[in-house]
Amino acid sequence: MSLVSEGADLARPLRPALSRAQPSVAGVEDYLALLKPRVMSLVVFTALVGLLVAPGHIHPFIGFIALLCIAVGAGASGALNMWYDADIDAVMTRTKKRPIPAGRVEPGEALAFGATLAVFSVAVLGVLVNWFAASLLAFTIFFYVFIYTMWLKRSTPQNIVIGGAAGAFPPVVGWAAVTGDITLAPVLMFLIIFLWTPPHFWALSLLRCDDYARAGVPMLPVVAGYDATRRQILLYTLLLAPAGLAPWVAGFAGFIYGAVALACGLVMLHLAWRVYRDRVGASAATAARRLFAFSLLYVFVLFAALLADNLLARLGLMS
Amino acid sequence: MTDNNGDDGIVLTEEQLRRRRARSIAIALSLGVLVILFYIATLVKGPAVLIRPL
Repeated sequence: MSLVSEGADLARPLRPALSRAQPSVAGVEDYLALLKPRVMSLVVFTALVGLLVAPGHIHPFIGFIALLCIAVGAGASGALNMWYDADIDAVMTRTKKRPIPAGRVEPGEALAFGATLAVFSVAVLGVLVNWFAASLLAFTIFFYVFIYTMWLKRSTPQNIVIGGAAGAFPPVVGWAAVTGDITLAPVLMFLIIFLWTPPHFWALSLLRCDDYARAGVPMLPVVAGYDATRRQILLYTLLLAPAGLAPWVAGFAGFIYGAVALACGLVMLHLAWRVYRDRVGASAATAARRLFAFSLLYVFVLFAALLADNLLARLGLMS
Repeated sequence: MTDNNGDDGIVLTEEQLRRRRARSIAIALSLGVLVILFYIATLVKGPAVLIRPL
């Protein structure tokens, strides 16, 4: 808790400086940066897979609108996250050049922008696609902004474990846009991203521990230390590898997906083991960097394999 | 005969004017896209546009 308050104190002078009534100097590119486009790419891709593998039919244009709404909803979450976390972002090397701490966007502008996009994305998804998917998108935005950003991020080292649920919802929303319901298959897609999030972010936090400590964010390595984090990374990867195989075991995906999930799971396990084993010097940083880089690839490859497998089955090229 | 005692208020720089114009154009384009989305969606859904399953 002390870490949190110290971080907030460090950044407090920022707010009055930014809240003076000045003409906005924000450019269109600054507003685009508020949407966290790199995070959005993963959201859009997993949502697209959820949408395309769902049974049933959706008109391509309505499917496009569903994806657009999910992307805009994710962007709204990013903007609201940057509004609330401007004090943290200002003291972290990785984030201090973001539009708000850099002084190019006023906090109020980001809040209005994020809130407007959140309302519009949910409303349009509800009116033009279906209200079940819209309510899931609304819950995802609520969870990311209120549960993760405002509560968990500053209060517990389990922040990204529980908060990871927000990032795991997009394929479920994509699925619900087609079917209007949730079955085992989207739950398994949710589970993969949910279990993937801790090793992914903790590998990054091993490399950025000083940054998080300076900002007062109680990430696991800051609170529990590097060794405990390495142990947790290995444990979650041990859960992730079989979870990656679950769609194949459950009969929701074929052997192409199963083979890809098995290979990628084994590589993830190997890299997590290297992180657990190599604890000193440059090899420790290299191990964490490699796990972080491969984890990004892991989720893209797994979902791409799921999509390819499903499309081949629909075309009758696989049993 | 001025009633603002020589206070011209905030005078925007060229750069601020350029960015404000860019923001205005972006907002206009976004609203235009939204209108087109609703128009095409109405054509695509036809009478079913009024059916919104939960």
